[in-house]
Amino acid sequence: MPIPIDEIKKMITDSIPDAKVEIKDLMGDNNHYSAKIKSKLFNNLSKIEQHKLVYKSLKGKMGNELHALTITTEDDNGYERKN
Amino acid sequence: MDMKEKINNLIKDNKVCLFMKGTPDSPQCGFSLAVSNILKHLKLDFKAVNVLDDENLRQGIKEFSDWPTIPQLYIKGEFIGGCDIVKEMYEKGELQNLVKKQNLIQ
Repeated sequence: MPIPIDEIKKMITDSIPDAKVEIKDLMGDNNHYSAKIKSKLFNNLSKIEQHKLVYKSLKGKMGNELHALTITTEDDNGYERKN
Repeated sequence: MDMKEKINNLIKDNKVCLFMKGTPDSPQCGFSLAVSNILKHLKLDFKAVNVLDDENLRQGIKEFSDWPTIPQLYIKGEFIGGCDIVKEMYEKGELQNLVKKQNLIQ
């Protein structure tokens, strides 16, 4: 079952309250999403730990109902990082 | 041999080990295709393990890594990440640096 964008966003901000979340529906099919998440909680964590925090917020839906969610995380230490 | 031990042996015996859906020649998922192509592009010699061949392995690797999705890349026994992290590392040149440092490419 597809999950709407707002629901994904709510799950993430429920467990990562300061998260700035940007979600795009890549194909317009409520199934292939990309999410960009920025939070102070990510500071000093490895990429793997950052993604695990996001996965945890999705409460087991990742890899099940949510198959195609691309995640990009960024810490928030007050500086804009130029990529 | 239990699944944990089997996975341990796989990542110990293969310096670059990719758990994926399908095979590098016939990937069954776009994310697995992407990571497999990155490794091919880096001309890395890697072991591809098709999790679709074994449902126990498919579940087992998720528990082993505490990571809910596949593909999963291991280099020298260390979990590097899934598709998003591997792609990001590749785009930033970090993956290239890592494999050079580990003497995995000439």
